[in-house]
Amino acid sequence: MLGFIASLIDGVLVGLVYGLAAMGITLIWGVMDVINLTHGTMIVAGMFALYLLTSAFGINPYITLPPVLIGGFLVGVALYYIAVHRMIGQPPLMSFLSTFAVNLVLIGIGTGIWGTVLFNVPVSLPGLTLGRYTFPGVHIVAAILAAVIATGLYLFLRHTRLGKAVRAVANNREAAELVGIPTTQVLAVAFGFGVSLACVSGVLIGTLFPFTLLTGDAYQLKSFIVTVLGGFGNPVGALIGGLALGVLEGAVTPFVPVSWTLVIEFVLFVLVLIAFPNGVFLRRRRAL
Amino acid sequence: MPHIVGRPFFWIIALVIVAFVVAPLIGNDVGLRESLILAAVYIVLASNLNLMLGYTGYVNFGSIVFFGLGGYICVWLVSAHEWPLALSLLAAGVGVSALAFIFGLGILRLRGHFFALATIGIVEAAQAFASNFEPWGGSSGIYLSTEVFAPLGGPRQALWVIYFAMVAAMGLSLYLSYAIKTSKFGLGLLAIGQNEDAAAILGVPTPRYKALVYSASAFLPAVVGGLYFFKSAFIQPTDAFDLNLSTEAMVITMLGGAGTVTGVALGAYLYEELRGYLLTSEMFSNFQLVIAGALLLVIVLFFPSGLMGWLYARFPRLQRVLE
Repeated sequence: MLGFIASLIDGVLVGLVYGLAAMGITLIWGVMDVINLTHGTMIVAGMFALYLLTSAFGINPYITLPPVLIGGFLVGVALYYIAVHRMIGQPPLMSFLSTFAVNLVLIGIGTGIWGTVLFNVPVSLPGLTLGRYTFPGVHIVAAILAAVIATGLYLFLRHTRLGKAVRAVANNREAAELVGIPTTQVLAVAFGFGVSLACVSGVLIGTLFPFTLLTGDAYQLKSFIVTVLGGFGNPVGALIGGLALGVLEGAVTPFVPVSWTLVIEFVLFVLVLIAFPNGVFLRRRRAL
Repeated sequence: MPHIVGRPFFWIIALVIVAFVVAPLIGNDVGLRESLILAAVYIVLASNLNLMLGYTGYVNFGSIVFFGLGGYICVWLVSAHEWPLALSLLAAGVGVSALAFIFGLGILRLRGHFFALATIGIVEAAQAFASNFEPWGGSSGIYLSTEVFAPLGGPRQALWVIYFAMVAAMGLSLYLSYAIKTSKFGLGLLAIGQNEDAAAILGVPTPRYKALVYSASAFLPAVVGGLYFFKSAFIQPTDAFDLNLSTEAMVITMLGGAGTVTGVALGAYLYEELRGYLLTSEMFSNFQLVIAGALLLVIVLFFPSGLMGWLYARFPRLQRVLE
């Protein structure tokens, strides 16, 4: 029983990181109705940035967060102008295909360079011991950092001028344009933040688990599930959804082989989509 | 499908099939046969994907699941239960189709975005299932012994039999696309693609139609999957649910022009040629996915109606003959 509770608590810690990853997808979705299919690859890009920076300069893994945050943002803005800008307001099919195409190019280049070998970034932190169970230090730090970054995003959207502009555009693009908000730039910024969140969560996940170039698919799927649980276009909901997914994973890991987890999560995903098309935890779709 | 027999386009498809049958027979050209067999696989996958993507506008990232599951069912029946090939293929097609119908009734209640997300999940789930399912050999897959080719007259002759079966599946795919497009059912599907709410209000039974077309688009890919993996005498999860192949099917559909029958076949042929060139050139052979992705991006951004859209704009009269 105690083991089960420990597994649940660990699920909460990892779930916060999943929530952060899903915020990236849900922000873009909420603002421009585009589903970013490069999301998984951007998570992997974060992981690789972590690996390359730590192995090249021997720096502390957590120091890589600020450069990845900025780099991810710039990549996101570039992606917006390359693949997404022309698709705004078109049927979902088109933005799906364009981000999917970019994803192929990125994955193709990545496999050409690195192949699909397993990478691992060892981080040694003292764990927190409660009774017979030790919670890994990396899990705790990752959860705290995820919560801090998520709060940062929330404060940015609520209290800065740019953040308010993002929300305005999400709410009603034409009206925002009418009151003088440069919507194209704001959309680019929002996309940049979405990608940047994916990269940063990639760094955090990279400190927790080993990864390959193709790991991103699984985390992308997890992000979708989290988004579905938490309600679309709702960053706070994403965090709650992440916690729910983490708890679920914590609850099933003692009983089910790891390789089945994804199947279970996917079944849950479809069931939730059919039963609660507007999200489970925050039913009403709010504009950010 | 009786309403299409005898129309000009019917004979055009027949001509293509005859060309596929005759071309490699002249001079017993095995190399040509191998490249045409791949073109046939592309045409089957792309034209069945087109039933969803082109007609109803639903993005199905999981079309490869039909191919992979069909392959698994067929290879498994042949190896573990010693069923004859024809029966195994039929079982694969019917089984996967039925599965798609049942599953489709559920997930096709999801619209647009959500359906596409669910299909991404299906690929992951199918792969995870195949890697964990013991009777299918888990992640190491199933191997066939060469004895399975004996009923078809030995390995050499079996390859020809498989080729003709593949061409037959290709022809059926094209006729199926054509027949559906020109039927009332197809009209309903195209209406769903234009505006699903309006179609529902005008009396198109949208959930049933979508599930039906999803299921119809599963049959031939499953059969071809069976043939394909029977031919290679080996199947494992990463090959069966290969992202490349499902991507290529999508590139082909968009390249030729989504929603057209001719375009998809043309796109498949062109893509096969391009791929042959890329594989032999030293510089690009490792970057096939990159080229496919870049091609898709350019088409989506600048030529969303594909090759046929361009042709129709140049020669509007073609629309009367081609579909």
